[in-house]
Amino acid sequence: MPNYSYPPMEQRRVMGKRITRLDGMEKAAGKAKYNSDVRPKGTIHAVGVFSPHAHARVKSVDTSAAQQAPGFAAVSVVAAPGAEVNWAGQEIAFVAAQTEEQARDCARLIKVEYEALPHLVREENLAKAGSRGKPAGEQVTGDPEAAFSAAGAVTHEAEYGIPVITHCCLEPHGQIVAWDGAANKIEYWPSTQAISAVGGDLAKQLELPATQVHSHQDHIGGGFGSKFQSDLWGAHAAKLSKMAGGKPVKLYLERREELTIAGVRPSVFGKVKLSASASGEMTGWDSTTWMTGGFAGGGLNADLLPYVFRNVANRRINHTAVSTNNGASRAWRAPNHPQVCYITCAAMEDLAAKLKMDPMEFFLKNLDKTPRADTYKAQILKAAEMIAWKQNWKPRGSSTGTVKRGLGLALGTWGGAGHASRCRTTINPDGSVLIEIGSQDLGTGTRTIITQVVAETLGLPMGGITLKLGDNNYPASGASGGSTTVGGVSASSRKASVDALDKLFAAVAPALGVPADQLEAVDSKIQVKGNAAKSMTWKAACAKLGVSAIIAENANDPRNPGGLTTGGVGGCQMADVSVDTETGIVKINKVVAVQDVGLVINPKTSDSQVYGGVIMGICAALMEERVMDEMTGRFLNADMEFYKLAGAGDIGEIEVHMDITPDHDKRGVIGIGEPATVPTIACIANAVANAIGVRVPVLPLTPKNVLNALHNTTRRLA
Amino acid sequence: MGPGETEITLTINGKATKVKVETRTTLLDACRERLEITGAKRVCDRGTCGACTMIVNGKTVYGCTTLAVDNVGKKIETIENLTAGAKPHPIVPAFSNNDALQCGYCTPGMVMASKGLLDRTPNPTYDQVKAGLGGNLCRCGTYVGIRKAVLEAAKELRASGGRKSGGSNA
Repeated sequence: MPNYSYPPMEQRRVMGKRITRLDGMEKAAGKAKYNSDVRPKGTIHAVGVFSPHAHARVKSVDTSAAQQAPGFAAVSVVAAPGAEVNWAGQEIAFVAAQTEEQARDCARLIKVEYEALPHLVREENLAKAGSRGKPAGEQVTGDPEAAFSAAGAVTHEAEYGIPVITHCCLEPHGQIVAWDGAANKIEYWPSTQAISAVGGDLAKQLELPATQVHSHQDHIGGGFGSKFQSDLWGAHAAKLSKMAGGKPVKLYLERREELTIAGVRPSVFGKVKLSASASGEMTGWDSTTWMTGGFAGGGLNADLLPYVFRNVANRRINHTAVSTNNGASRAWRAPNHPQVCYITCAAMEDLAAKLKMDPMEFFLKNLDKTPRADTYKAQILKAAEMIAWKQNWKPRGSSTGTVKRGLGLALGTWGGAGHASRCRTTINPDGSVLIEIGSQDLGTGTRTIITQVVAETLGLPMGGITLKLGDNNYPASGASGGSTTVGGVSASSRKASVDALDKLFAAVAPALGVPADQLEAVDSKIQVKGNAAKSMTWKAACAKLGVSAIIAENANDPRNPGGLTTGGVGGCQMADVSVDTETGIVKINKVVAVQDVGLVINPKTSDSQVYGGVIMGICAALMEERVMDEMTGRFLNADMEFYKLAGAGDIGEIEVHMDITPDHDKRGVIGIGEPATVPTIACIANAVANAIGVRVPVLPLTPKNVLNALHNTTRRLA
Repeated sequence: MGPGETEITLTINGKATKVKVETRTTLLDACRERLEITGAKRVCDRGTCGACTMIVNGKTVYGCTTLAVDNVGKKIETIENLTAGAKPHPIVPAFSNNDALQCGYCTPGMVMASKGLLDRTPNPTYDQVKAGLGGNLCRCGTYVGIRKAVLEAAKELRASGGRKSGGSNA
């Protein structure tokens, strides 16, 4: 069994270095080609017709006028007469024409008649959900009632909520697809987080063997958990192409549909009761939560409550999923975690205030209820130092003046172990090295970290490695979700490259006069271990291969990662905010993030992941909210004007500290994308409560919600 | 229904370029769907996110919110121009150096908005950078690097005395 372990931290030459991402210049110059930029010869355009009703029965669909319009190419009806539509924005038909403008005209000429039916689009009032709510069944540990009524117990009871938010990927969902009917082959250019699998998913929808679909993607303009499937629009674009004689069809969702039907994050609302002894020992937790994942979308794992502090002795959990007439939720960067983190850390901050305790002390005191007390303790102390907690924290509500300042904290966790991944390493007789892997670079730096791992392994500069990814002709690698990519692709590329190098050692060992296991690859040379004098250049070594390249393929096996990758991390974030109590405007002064991530291959791109996670959290804390209209059943702000995201001036200063230590390094590679975004919302919300002296129970922390909290005019949930 | 397509000539990155458009075709769609100038991206469909930012007659504009036919005779600069010369405009390497991008879909618009800002304000303060990029949105959360990149590019431009870089002075 070859030794696949990474060299010790201090001996690494390429891994662990702050290397600029390989596609940075290409992207900064606008030259990176996304599939929405691709325009194969003969491309025609398709657009959709979507239901304006949140719940309706389709009575008729008349495409005859569209078929007479200039440029018309093909039409595909999704919802035939009699079909029930269950959310506004549900797909009715897709139509293709020579130009996008003509396709739009055609869509406008498709006449659809509906019989409107009653709908439910809002879930914050559980009482109104009726039979649409599906309770999950109560879970009880210990005796929460006894904990609440124990002598000296201090209890706190309140409501909290986070609305549904959208992924809002900048590159909309969609694809270009060409279905050659005669050969029954499909060329597919999707926007996907799963290049190895998405073609098979499309083939399944079209009842074709997966072998008939070739998928390719160089870059993706954002996914965040929403781009794993080929989707209905993928299948219909393919059908339109076939009907149009195999011409490539370009079909991307417009922004309204992108926000409405291409994935959202489930909400969570709830009532929480918790208790602690007078000295701050948390003794009981009781939560009744509910949420919606749309008409038939995902749920929320309430079993994570109380988040991180899960081992509280007495605990009762009730949770209800409400089916509403909205598009389905999809995985959203760290599914479940930011929501349950908020519910938990907000309730704990509120109880600490009631106990007249510094919440940091309250969190520290209860770390025995978490799975990694030592890690969290060190992280809390580090974050506190970075934000000067001791100097700047004041008891809740004691900030004076119109603009009040406050500090807040929260803790997070995530898995992030590597996914199944295969990689092929080819060493050519001319010394060139090719890496092929059916993965994708979401902008996280996947290209760069794979190349670092291979360069480290083969003793070559990064420029000596050619990496190919983004194609389902390459060895299959997992979907990029759950922060599992970095662990998976680093392990598979390490193993395939060690195997290839071992074959090269075997080929050159006779010439160097030592057994193959006495060789090492350093500085573009193959040399006898510890004796640089006995060496040959990489090029000379590869020339010994004659005419045959070395080809080695290996994989990361998630059940047996061999120490190269593992999962399970903790993180602590703290926020410093100012709140204008006259306008209700929250300003972020600073957010600090302390994160443990195991072995870090590229601190530069992993820092960027944390910055990005924090900024997404700022957006969700301060501004993001899907606003549903009860009357029309429609998503009122399905655009980027009234669905707010933070800009360059809205995020304050952000400081990142990665726990890069020999102890963490030994754990192997762990994903970072998700954990970094988990605690941000909660720490900001806690900082606002600390500043203004009252809790803004339901996010986002908009001026309206802040002013309502200040004037005690917040509407109760139920 | 539109009246159909007509051929117009647009001056893009210093080059007279013939293109067939409908009157309703935006400058962005003319570039992306008819000329394969795809650096500028279509994201929000309504002039709010800035991913389609271009510079027209020296002014930063949203390519999705101006019609192609309204830009005949104007000097249109797209991101492609910043690397058309012997040396790229300093804002391009500054974005890369500072890891001011992730998925990269907002990046061309951010880069052009930054270039526009530096054209107007060669020596911006940190606050001017924040305000100057207020018309551009990023979803991955790359603002920390972007703010540094603009300041770095400004410094580089000053050091080189505003040396010409990028392509033609479109």
